[in-house]
Amino acid sequence: MGQCAACGAQLVEEFAALLDALVYTTSRNRKLALIAAYLRAAPDPDRGWALAALTDGLDFPAVKSNTIRTLMMDRVDPVLWALSRDFVGDTAETASLLWPEPEDSAPQPDMSVGEVVERLSALTRATAPRELPGLLDRLDSNGRYALIKLATGGMRVGVSARLAKTAFALAFEVPVEEVEEYWHALAPPYPELFAWAADGGEAPDLAHAPRFRPFMLAHPLEDGVVDLADYAAEWKWDGIRVQIVRAGGVTRIYSRSGDDISATFPELLDVLPVDAVLDGELLVRGSAQGGEAGGAASFNALQQRLGRKTVSGKMLKDYPAFVRLYDVLLLEGHDWREQPWKLRRATLEGLMPRLPVSHFDLSQLVEAEDFAALARIRDTARDEAIEGLMLKHRDSPYVAGRKVALWYKWKRDPLLIDCVMMYAQRGSGKRSSFYSDYTFGCWAGDPDAGAELLPVGKAYSGFTDEELKKIDRFVRQNTRSKFGPVREVERKLVFEVAFDSVHASKRHKSGLAMRFPRIHRIRWDKPAHEADRIDALRALIKD
Amino acid sequence: MEPPFSWIRPEPWGIHIVPADIWVDPSRPVARALVTHGHADHARGGHGETIATPATLAIMELRYQTRAGAMAAGYGETLDIGGGVTATFLPAGHVLGSAQILLEHAGERVIITGDYKRAPDPTCEGFKVTPCDIFITEATFGLPVFNHPPIGEEIAKLLAAREANPDACILVGAYALGKAQRVIAELRAAGHHETIWLHGAMEAMCRLYEEHGVPLGDLRLVSDATKDQMRGHIVMAPPSALGDRWSRRLPDPVTAMASGWMRVRARARQRGVELPLVISDHADWNELTRTITEVNPAETWITHGREEALLRWCELGQRRARALALVGYEDEDD
Repeated sequence: MGQCAACGAQLVEEFAALLDALVYTTSRNRKLALIAAYLRAAPDPDRGWALAALTDGLDFPAVKSNTIRTLMMDRVDPVLWALSRDFVGDTAETASLLWPEPEDSAPQPDMSVGEVVERLSALTRATAPRELPGLLDRLDSNGRYALIKLATGGMRVGVSARLAKTAFALAFEVPVEEVEEYWHALAPPYPELFAWAADGGEAPDLAHAPRFRPFMLAHPLEDGVVDLADYAAEWKWDGIRVQIVRAGGVTRIYSRSGDDISATFPELLDVLPVDAVLDGELLVRGSAQGGEAGGAASFNALQQRLGRKTVSGKMLKDYPAFVRLYDVLLLEGHDWREQPWKLRRATLEGLMPRLPVSHFDLSQLVEAEDFAALARIRDTARDEAIEGLMLKHRDSPYVAGRKVALWYKWKRDPLLIDCVMMYAQRGSGKRSSFYSDYTFGCWAGDPDAGAELLPVGKAYSGFTDEELKKIDRFVRQNTRSKFGPVREVERKLVFEVAFDSVHASKRHKSGLAMRFPRIHRIRWDKPAHEADRIDALRALIKD
Repeated sequence: MEPPFSWIRPEPWGIHIVPADIWVDPSRPVARALVTHGHADHARGGHGETIATPATLAIMELRYQTRAGAMAAGYGETLDIGGGVTATFLPAGHVLGSAQILLEHAGERVIITGDYKRAPDPTCEGFKVTPCDIFITEATFGLPVFNHPPIGEEIAKLLAAREANPDACILVGAYALGKAQRVIAELRAAGHHETIWLHGAMEAMCRLYEEHGVPLGDLRLVSDATKDQMRGHIVMAPPSALGDRWSRRLPDPVTAMASGWMRVRARARQRGVELPLVISDHADWNELTRTITEVNPAETWITHGREEALLRWCELGQRRARALALVGYEDEDD
């Protein structure tokens, strides 16, 4: 195990050991050190593939979770598979444990990460079922786990893209902001990135590539007060934050995490007339947010457009997208990021007449006499169906990440409603033995007159580990019936549920769908019949 | 004539041997009890009369401070327990003193395994395969994903972690009865003769094991140690102490846990375990299925654990089987 003496390649087993070490380490610093050590030790292309795998940057269309399940069905009784999968909570891990050890235990040739990636890439849906068993037979259970995770994605080892980039920067002592800038413009296994950082080569030449720049983010303004002489206010629109980039005549749209979502919004790809990097909110035309003047539909409407790889003409017509601009980072070869916000704002305002109003508008500033007046305006955000306010220091440069005292987000207070737990489902991953996902309902009428509960939402956050244990115990002791990983429970536990907004929905029997529901408080003390009715929730719709 | 095996009746709180009016591992106090082994979920206090192996009785005395009503049964000794029923205690290989109980009545033979394993264990006698008509087995690790590796591999991992962390200690969470002593004995067998530091709750049980002929080497209490004395050493504690304030007195502990559940990553993560050691005193899937095959009973009853999967395995092999819904048996820490 370890490095192949002859070729120096990093073996799958070594990558498997890294994955396991990451799984069992909760310390961020320790994770950084583990990844950095791996990146320093591994050669190209293994280290690049490993990095891509850790950050979900690999995709092998021929191998899906279902491919693995199908392979297992030929080798394990389906009932035993289902019981095992349910207990373990992860398909890759279950398969790695249940894969039959090959009868012939002759020593198998070693495989490098690079070789595995090469072989996985060559698979088609037709050949995968024939070829995968041979690869799995060459590995032990940890190796199989790594291979399946590599093939199907979703590592779940507690490594965000940001953490991996930080580890990369740490490994080769380069600035993380530069890593982030180059990263998104390059493709796995990132030879140019390693040539620059690890081998002291030239920085990747990306001058003419429409590449992603790290976003500037905001801290929540908890109970603070700011001076409006120093801070400008604007609405926090409820869409998705995007960066629209044009370079060398090519336009790309990136999400907050740096994912390229251009294909989802084709109508925005030939409307930016200048080379620029702009920061804004992607929205769909409508009047839910801020009325006619606001011009934007609810997030619910935008959701119809998200996550699609191909977009129909009807979609484009029914849910036309546009970008409401917040900021300018680069414009016609000039980098504005180090300039104060007020200068960038003036530049952006100057740019607006050159942009087509069909696809761009400017996020207007919210004027108020003083902070108290602004607070009153914020209180109307609910009626306007807007998330809240942004406060930006007038002298703030555009810097990556969250920097104290430059930008604040000041969200409106959440809505609250009392619901009754109806179903509980076992979690996944770390929570696989706990009932941690709860479906709750409100009364369809007067509970004392025999009205029923109707499900209104589902939440799996907002409680502490201690509370989770307590709820888990409640679920187990109050089970009415079981459906696989789901238990129906006695209707007696009340949750105070916090949520950002509620919308009409055909997907639920109650006709309602909540946005960002989370458990606010667990009302062990409150009798279920005192929970809220559907009507109370319906009255909060602002669509 | 009464129908076959009607003399033995599973109830939610234990298995009732009707003609003798005696219960096996009851989870509530009864007049007469047969106890398979000393773990608290099987050996409860407060029975009028308790029949068990001498070591199990010693463990119960340590736990409940009383020997009242205790009656010893050595391995292989056949006792007349009344009502025309005899009971024979046979080694189960689970922990010191653990037994399967062979019950015979009117030519019918029933074995209740209690908890058991087939892997060798230097701290207790090994499981004895014995033919019977009804085999009442546990199924704690009754899923095919459970495949306990040879203990030597896990001990080697523990020693390697100790080697790699000379300034820290390796804190091993292990059940205070059985698991702790087995891990210590295996460490000794692997040539590790340094002091092993114990949580106070483990001291008395380790002494009891030594009195029963299981040497455990140099054991000392954490409460008598300075932080520096424990650097580079192994510390043993019950699983409940791992995340407890108690562990703050240790020098930068690396948290390990010796348990069959460590096979599943999510289980180890839930407990904040950094070094999972797959060591169990229960039969794994292969041991369970191999044992049923070797005993080859007419019928298999499954007491507790993941009984659905074992039932399914029996069904696939066309073996008669049923699951008993017994309450009160726990499997969380083993």
